[in-house]
Amino acid sequence: MAVLEVHNITKSFGKTVVLKGIDFSLEQGKVLSIIGSSGSGKTTLLRCLTSLETADTGKIMVDDKVVFDSESSVKLTRQEKRENQLKMGLVFQSFNLFPQYNVLDNVMLAQRLAAKEREDYKANKKEILQEIERHSREIINSVGLSEKINNYPCELSGGQQQRVAIARALALNPHILCFDEPTSALDPELTNEVLSVIKSLAARDMTMIIVTHEMTFAKEVSDHVIFMDDGVICEQGTPAQVFENPKHQRLQEFLGSFQK
Amino acid sequence: MFVEVLSALNEGFLKTLELFGLTLAGALPLGLVIAFGSMSRFTPLKALVRTFVWIIRGTPLMLQLMIIYYFPGLIFGNNIWGTGEGGRFIASIAAFVLNYACYFSEIYRGGIQGVSKGQYEAGQVLGMTKTQVFFRVVLLQVIKRILPPISNEVITLVKDTSLARIIAMQEVIWAGQAFMKSDGIIWPLFFTGVYYLIFSGILTLMFGYTEKKLSYFRE
Repeated sequence: MAVLEVHNITKSFGKTVVLKGIDFSLEQGKVLSIIGSSGSGKTTLLRCLTSLETADTGKIMVDDKVVFDSESSVKLTRQEKRENQLKMGLVFQSFNLFPQYNVLDNVMLAQRLAAKEREDYKANKKEILQEIERHSREIINSVGLSEKINNYPCELSGGQQQRVAIARALALNPHILCFDEPTSALDPELTNEVLSVIKSLAARDMTMIIVTHEMTFAKEVSDHVIFMDDGVICEQGTPAQVFENPKHQRLQEFLGSFQK
Repeated sequence: MFVEVLSALNEGFLKTLELFGLTLAGALPLGLVIAFGSMSRFTPLKALVRTFVWIIRGTPLMLQLMIIYYFPGLIFGNNIWGTGEGGRFIASIAAFVLNYACYFSEIYRGGIQGVSKGQYEAGQVLGMTKTQVFFRVVLLQVIKRILPPISNEVITLVKDTSLARIIAMQEVIWAGQAFMKSDGIIWPLFFTGVYYLIFSGILTLMFGYTEKKLSYFRE
């Protein structure tokens, strides 16, 4: 069953057309990698999927529910907007952790704020907060940072910060977790610790979309690969098809540039 | 004599402190309002606010004091500030609040615009509202950023309060100078410097302490 369906997404910034009609779908538990050169629209596509940008046209459905439809004039309530927002998690290239909070609080903050709006919050405050903390500790544990739980972001390496960012996104139980070049700000040594966390998520059947320049990793971890060029999906298929047997000339050139 | 001078200077410095405290109480929040105005997406408002800030920052505070105090009475024949010491005090507060709010607004603006866009976006994808992001994530980072320039302005304000002397507000320098005129002695005027030094010393320590408190995180 398709957990994500994307129809005809277009997006322009002023006169620059960045996305020229993107269609794809993603199955539950699968990993999709999006590759392509800088300026091909990968990041913009991810930002449209996660509501950081509003697409000009198109439709996005998660779990058969419309989360975005440029044709529809229905005004969503704040609650609905937030529900849609939370279906998609996003891990940024630049981590964007909150510097004034320690690891645990970074992971707990959004959950705590959301819990305040629950009807039973006042009555069960203590239990709810305890449950949030337990859940958060467990997730921090799963990215291997239980020893750093009280440290502040500035005390962590880039790789550790990115793992915290992954934990922070996971804590909200997104249907789909998106990564925007998660290792581009890291040196090769630190890249691996982040990639292995993502691999372990893939092994647990987390549905993920990964924009990346790490070709070896994309080949290894993905179920499906999309190559974008100049705002369109130029070629797509299984990693074997895309990496071993590229058909389109642009993709051949792009992959060739990594072999130098 | 010394006791007499000290008690007169104390009284004057109390007025200085009042002016200082009330100016901060008015200018710190007003500065935030002006800062939001100068960042407004509504262009006419933004232009208006920025022009106002330009005029206030571009002219001497002493001139603003004189205009604010004398203008209503001399031009409209209506001294809205009231007569005597009370009127001068209120007019001084008005001038200082306006002046310092403009300087603060620029510091706030720099601080708010300096927080990376990624912080807002991270808050948004985590389902937080704009208000939550501002108060829970951005605000403390802004405070940390603006603390050094704010402390600079606040310490300048301690000494700028002496400008109110120009409309004969009876602050500490006025009190010191009075002895020059009545008793022909100058040391009370020089001695007022000690008050400023001690007070700005205390403020420096306080700001240093707060900065240290916020040094546990880095952006």
